[in-house]
Amino acid sequence: MNWVGHYNYWVVIFLMMSGFYVVISRGNMIKKLLGLNIFSTSVFLLYISMGKIHGGTAPILTDNPNQVYSNPLPHVLILTAIVVGVATTAVGLALVVRIQERYGTIEEDEIRAKDDSL
Amino acid sequence: MIIDALDIVTAICLALGCFLGISGGVGIYRLPDFYTRMHATSVTDSACAFLILFGLMLQSGFSLVTVKLGFILLFMVLSSPTAAHALAKTAVQFGIEPLLGREDKR
Amino acid sequence: MEVFIDIALLTLLCITAMAVVHIRKLFCAIMLLGIFSLLSASMFVNMDAVDVAFTEAAVGTGISTILLLLGMSLTNTREKRPHYQPLFSLVVVSITGAVLVYGTMDLPAYGDPNASIHHHVAQRYIKQSPLEVGPPNMVTSVLASYRGYDTLGETAVILTAGMALVALLGMRRRKVLPMSSSSGCGDYHDMKDHLVLRIMAKIFIPLILLFALYVQFHGDYGPGGGFQAGVIFASGIILYALIFGLEAAMKVVGYPVLRVLAACGLLLYGGVGVACMALGGNFLDYNALAHDPLHGQHLGIFLIELGVGVTVFAIMVIMFYAFASRRGHTA
Repeated sequence: MNWVGHYNYWVVIFLMMSGFYVVISRGNMIKKLLGLNIFSTSVFLLYISMGKIHGGTAPILTDNPNQVYSNPLPHVLILTAIVVGVATTAVGLALVVRIQERYGTIEEDEIRAKDDSL
Repeated sequence: MIIDALDIVTAICLALGCFLGISGGVGIYRLPDFYTRMHATSVTDSACAFLILFGLMLQSGFSLVTVKLGFILLFMVLSSPTAAHALAKTAVQFGIEPLLGREDKR
Repeated sequence: MEVFIDIALLTLLCITAMAVVHIRKLFCAIMLLGIFSLLSASMFVNMDAVDVAFTEAAVGTGISTILLLLGMSLTNTREKRPHYQPLFSLVVVSITGAVLVYGTMDLPAYGDPNASIHHHVAQRYIKQSPLEVGPPNMVTSVLASYRGYDTLGETAVILTAGMALVALLGMRRRKVLPMSSSSGCGDYHDMKDHLVLRIMAKIFIPLILLFALYVQFHGDYGPGGGFQAGVIFASGIILYALIFGLEAAMKVVGYPVLRVLAACGLLLYGGVGVACMALGGNFLDYNALAHDPLHGQHLGIFLIELGVGVTVFAIMVIMFYAFASRRGHTA
């Protein structure tokens, strides 16, 4: 069957979309950051799913010469992306903290109302 | 024969560990207040983790993996009572009293 | 069997994601995000990506949760109910999701060994890297040697993010006021009562630091490397700051030291590249570092992993300090 092989991608897309939904529908900025985190983690899952080979093992050399290894390239890309992701999340969080100090709120519509009243 | 006996013991350990893990989950969901819920999680933390790790150690034989699993076990034995203690103490300091009702604190 | 584990983990991931969407208490949502990270780390192990799982477990569950909690404690702990209907965003999300699912139809099936991704450069990494580069862990050889430029860029991004954070929040010298000297999680004076916690932390912190060093220097042979080691080392320092107070931690590793360390790590990385050029190779071509190319590769990978580890450690701790020292200073 063709579609059975794709359920993994579909579930990952569902996770991605739930993160996306949080980002666009919620006004609270920390909640938006959480949504972004879910989104990015699902993108990582998508990448790693592509590197998987049935019957393969982790790409660490074993004694067996006929061993099948999963593709190490997505692993490398995602490994660095995770650490960069937390660094950028922290920058976003710092911006949120500054917005809170400036406006006294982190709800999007309240900030907009305050901007309009100025 | 000795391998079979090991396999059986492993299977029993893993099954029991899984059961305790699930019972801990049910406990968090069903028990009424903070302290009883903590009691449920402590079962998962100690007995469940111990049984599963012990079962895995039996399978791995005498190798580096066994030593690593032993270290994880030691870490769990030290850390989970500490975490439980810190949580309970903080709860007492915050004035959460046992069996006062359905507060969603966990 | 793998399929069952796969389906169980994916189901749990979906439940957790839905809970994060639904819950309005930000504290709970952040803790659930930590669980989400752990579940995805298990998923990564199931898909043979042990290095990635290690990083996700250390970063997503440890550092990310702590930083988000600190940020939350500086703002609101509860999300307000949005005024508008979420129907419009639901429609947008459904359409986007449908398009993406349509896009997956052209992808090869999950785990298909004949997918085109496995046939180009990956074969070379798998077949040649133990002979050309040396380390049994192919992820390390690809990360540090074949794709050394990428990793250099990513380390620079992390350093830049750290600098941006300090520029945004500022690193304040603490004035010791009894009421305002709070550490990251709860009041410092509360933490003084937690005798058990303090003693256990004294046992744990050396072990955590030792483990970080093991991960750093054993990364060629097993899962691990500079990124994971830096994060784990940083989490040891952060644990110290949480339990003994920010001031005590700043006495151990102060901000000026960290600032220098962060720059030195990247400088070490770049310096190895320049040294390769000086010895007659290309930039980051470690073969030139020693007479035997394999020895050169080994030395080069060792040095740049060290550089990455130092930078990541310093930036993670700087981020924690920046958020934590903000607490108690602003109303």
